[in-house]
Amino acid sequence: MAVIAQPHDPPQGHVINQTHAEVTRDVVATLGPPSRGYLLLLAAAVSLFLIGIFTFLILIKDGLGHAGYNPPIFWSVYITTFVFWVGIGHAGTLISAILFLFRSPWRTAVYRSTEAMTVFAVMTAGLFPIIHIGRQWIFYWLLPYPNQRFLWPNFKSPLIWDVFAISTYLTVSTTFLVFGLIPDVAAVRDKVTGWRKMIYSWSSVGWTGTDNQWRHYSRAYLYLAALATPLVLSVHSVVSWDFAVSIVPGWHGTIFAPYFVAGAIYSGIGMVLTLIIPLRRALRIEHMIHSYHFDNLAKLTLLTGSILLYAYAMEYFVAWYSGNTFEQTTFYRRAFGPMWWAGWTMIICNAFVSQLLWFRKIRTNLTALFVISIFINIGMWFERYVIIVSSLSNDYIPWAWDQLNPTWADWGILAGSFGWFGMWFLLFAKTFPIVAIQEIKEMIPMPRRRGGHG
Amino acid sequence: MALLKRGKSAARRAPGLVASFIHVDAAVDAIRALRAKGYRNLVVYTPAPNHEIEEALEHGVSPVRLFTLIGGLTGCTAGFAMTIWMSYDWPLVVGGKTIASIPPYVVIGFELTILMGALSTVAAVALFSVLMGKRGTPYDPRFSDDMIGVYVPTTHEQLGPIEQLLRSAGAAEVRHETA
Repeated sequence: MAVIAQPHDPPQGHVINQTHAEVTRDVVATLGPPSRGYLLLLAAAVSLFLIGIFTFLILIKDGLGHAGYNPPIFWSVYITTFVFWVGIGHAGTLISAILFLFRSPWRTAVYRSTEAMTVFAVMTAGLFPIIHIGRQWIFYWLLPYPNQRFLWPNFKSPLIWDVFAISTYLTVSTTFLVFGLIPDVAAVRDKVTGWRKMIYSWSSVGWTGTDNQWRHYSRAYLYLAALATPLVLSVHSVVSWDFAVSIVPGWHGTIFAPYFVAGAIYSGIGMVLTLIIPLRRALRIEHMIHSYHFDNLAKLTLLTGSILLYAYAMEYFVAWYSGNTFEQTTFYRRAFGPMWWAGWTMIICNAFVSQLLWFRKIRTNLTALFVISIFINIGMWFERYVIIVSSLSNDYIPWAWDQLNPTWADWGILAGSFGWFGMWFLLFAKTFPIVAIQEIKEMIPMPRRRGGHG
Repeated sequence: MALLKRGKSAARRAPGLVASFIHVDAAVDAIRALRAKGYRNLVVYTPAPNHEIEEALEHGVSPVRLFTLIGGLTGCTAGFAMTIWMSYDWPLVVGGKTIASIPPYVVIGFELTILMGALSTVAAVALFSVLMGKRGTPYDPRFSDDMIGVYVPTTHEQLGPIEQLLRSAGAAEVRHETA
């Protein structure tokens, strides 16, 4: 590990063949004038977002009757999409916080983009319970605040746990992202001119990288990572208890918390791959994020995908082994009932497609990974759709059974959520360093007068 | 605000030297030599945290950890206190079950522990690094790029010998900061 490799060697492992000045130059270059492709993508995202806004305005005007709710199914596409987006967030915190504590060198190049993804995904998710409650303008009733009737929320309800879990997650992950950005914004400030310099100066809150600043900063970053780590495991557990604490067959399982956490990380890495494979090319940072990083991301996908394979198998096994008719019927209908296509989409996209990643050739082939990541995104949305909708559709009394018919109001909000998420992510990628300048520099040994690395 | 401004201009007025280093071992040598001469109020700029420089400066452990602990404990207490008090303030009596039952409240207590712990950690950094830190010390944009900066506040008489020391340690550049 003694030599800084020559600048034009192909990148290998976590060794970065660049000097400090080159890192600053390349990352600052990503913030240059946007290309046509970028503007087209941004326009697409904003258009989708406007579709969502339009749908939402109609929902406010007329009420939730436009959405495809059909008794006994009153949790449907909005809750499915809520769980989908919360899940997406988890991979970001896993990479930025847990892998930081494990001192995993491959996280450095990708963690900023995944952390930004977390914040925007949770921001998107947070909108869905509000849309779902119907009278969106009184969403603050969920919070414990002194009111005229001296009422407090019922803290024994998982839905209130969720309010606390999601708002804590959003606050802490935003804090973590912004905190990590400060030294990088300062580095950008020192490279740009004019009005941009003014804005970056203001955002860098007087950061100059003195010994005193680094001393408190490094410690605080460690504690923030340590505090964010249990959030990865707890937030999606709390989300899973929204279901598992009830007695609906198909929901009432003790496996739900770990099953949801593994699924969340799996879906999140799927989204990471979908985002950074095109992004690294568009921003010309292929030498910073390369096959080494994708190989590791794919291994993590394989691990969580295999946990899902186990969880799916275990759900069916327990349904059979329990001897409980209701549980057995629910799972039989998942595979062979009217929603069989959704059930098999989930199993094939998640449990089986992920098994392709045992092969190194696939793990390092970006086209293959990109295609697999799309399967993961689709599969994980369907997983939540199957769990929520198919379980509710088989009520306890067969004459009450019915199917969900999603409408334009469901799809409009779903499309809007992708637009809203994409818009924020694209704006972030052009405004702030998408690769953590400071942490990359920490991995590159500074030059020495006497040579070697003491 | 007036106090902060005065602090800033006072720092500007004091004579001193700013040395820029390309090599980390040279900077470490200079820091050790200066500290041996009794210069304890150095300001060292680095583009990323560097362990060798931290060791040379012999800083103690940052007090931020105390704030994390206090914030976390406050959040935990607040979470349990709020849920238990609110349960008794408007009791929801269901079939003789406990009015305030601890297991579900663990979730709220846990979330608030994390929330308050994280926010007080950031508040502590703002306090120690920004509000209580030295302000207006001379800076160079290259210190956030690839150079190490060492600022030595000193007296007019010492400017010469200190410059000599910095140059012999291997400073690429030495700048005088005098008003």
